[in-house]
Amino acid sequence: MTLTETIAAVRAKRCSAVEVVQQSLDAIEKHNERLGAFISVEGERALQRARDIDARIAKGEPVGPLAGAAVAVKDNMCTAFGTTTCASQILSNFRSPYDAAVVERLEAADAVIVGKTNLDEFAMGSSSENSSYCPVRNPWDTTRVPGGSSGGSAVAVAAGLVQGALGSDTGGSIRQPAALTGITGLKPTYGRVSRHGLVAFASSLDQIGPLARNVRDTACLLKVIAGHDPRDSTSVGCAVPDYTALLGADLKGLTIGVAAGDFGKGLNDEVCKAVEAALGVYRDNGARIVEAHLPHMKYAIACYYLIATAEASSNLARYDGVHYGVRADRHEGIVDLYCASRDQGFGQEVKRRIMLGTFALSSGYYDAYYLKALKVRTLLARDFEAAFEQVDVIASPVSPVTAFKLGEKIDDPLAMYLADIHTTSVNLAGIAGLSIPCGFDADGLPIGLQLMAPHFAEERLLAVGHQFQCLTDYHTKHPPQST
Amino acid sequence: MRHVALLARLKPDDEEVARLADELSAILAYMGRLDELDTTDVPPTAHAVPMVNVWREDKSSASLGVEVVLANAPQSQNGFFRVPKVL
Repeated sequence: MTLTETIAAVRAKRCSAVEVVQQSLDAIEKHNERLGAFISVEGERALQRARDIDARIAKGEPVGPLAGAAVAVKDNMCTAFGTTTCASQILSNFRSPYDAAVVERLEAADAVIVGKTNLDEFAMGSSSENSSYCPVRNPWDTTRVPGGSSGGSAVAVAAGLVQGALGSDTGGSIRQPAALTGITGLKPTYGRVSRHGLVAFASSLDQIGPLARNVRDTACLLKVIAGHDPRDSTSVGCAVPDYTALLGADLKGLTIGVAAGDFGKGLNDEVCKAVEAALGVYRDNGARIVEAHLPHMKYAIACYYLIATAEASSNLARYDGVHYGVRADRHEGIVDLYCASRDQGFGQEVKRRIMLGTFALSSGYYDAYYLKALKVRTLLARDFEAAFEQVDVIASPVSPVTAFKLGEKIDDPLAMYLADIHTTSVNLAGIAGLSIPCGFDADGLPIGLQLMAPHFAEERLLAVGHQFQCLTDYHTKHPPQST
Repeated sequence: MRHVALLARLKPDDEEVARLADELSAILAYMGRLDELDTTDVPPTAHAVPMVNVWREDKSSASLGVEVVLANAPQSQNGFFRVPKVL
């Protein structure tokens, strides 16, 4: 069942919240060993909350808009229950004293959080292999990755373990796993959703967003988590529209921009064809498809990986073996305590990025690397501004390839970074990006279409995505052995 | 590499230093493409959504208690974080 169907069924007493949650817990029990989607499961707590919701429904008391839905949150969002590990050894014992703003909002809406999902350590990766617990596997083919870094959240939804999940997206970490697992994922505008309680990776790029089976469910989750929060000074105060009510908006005269020329080198043929066919669907339904001129896109990866790693090197300085997290047993003096704890606690990719970011910010190199990247970021943002004067949304592939094999790119960091070629520019410009399923390759692996809209135009983006799902059925396909 | 590692408070061994040097060289060579762009008159963007000076009201509010905060500390003593001798 979809999120929307589940909520309706619980509200109409066709099934109970306890049944929904129990089914979710049973599915996790059955499939998690194979898929590695969850780091921790909070079964007893979830059932208790479900019982409370059922009791209120039985008494005719009001319940929240997500009442009875079983959901999951990525394990880089703080919860006052259980652990918050970021899939890192350095936080393996960390118990947050407070809930992230999105966790508060989900629970205030009576969604039931069943557990915390696996990810690339500190959200650094594009395959969910960089977890210090276990890699996440793609339910469409378990020899393949689900994408990352929100791979656990994507797989939990794709395999039907939960009805919806939250991920975080710094350079594509919601959209790319959504595409590779055949579900819908949204990176909202920077500032649309509070980051309070989200463990920081790159603060000027990080944004929390929903993953679900279709655009309607995604809209439903966004409506609950969006809005200003005084505890995140970068969250924006503009009103939160009723995204679900606006899904049927009239799209007459819709203009879709497509990046000029081809979609870039390294683009898989079948992905290219599926995206072109998706544009054909829009064209057949009256949309105008035009070229969008985005001359600086080819610099996005270089720009992104300088800024993201610079910010990460600063944000991750807090893991010092003193305040929280794990301390190395053996050390000589205070500086060695920091170095030894971090050396033990961080995985390879995290260290690589801290080194790169520290270098980009270091004396003598700051202007050539970090400052240069900030300037190129301006050019990228201007590209989008100019393009959105001509078009309503911009379309592209999400990922240049379908799900790749575990181990295929893990020893070649640059090849892994290039997997983000179509997604990072959205974060650099702070705009909104949606990933929806638009086909399958010859091996039966899902392909995603990315739609991008200007700052705070999520309702437009969701309506355009919803239109596609009214005309196609890719989003209704489920992987083998899913529930 | 050793200088950067110390700035980053990391402790790579010789083998890691060699591997990181190779990997970071390849990545930085790719980053070099940014030099194709003349950015002399382009202002830097550190924040993608236009907003300046977000102030909250100058009012104190409750914060986490000492015990709650220290519960996650690897070592604490008498309400403080405990570290090896610094001086």
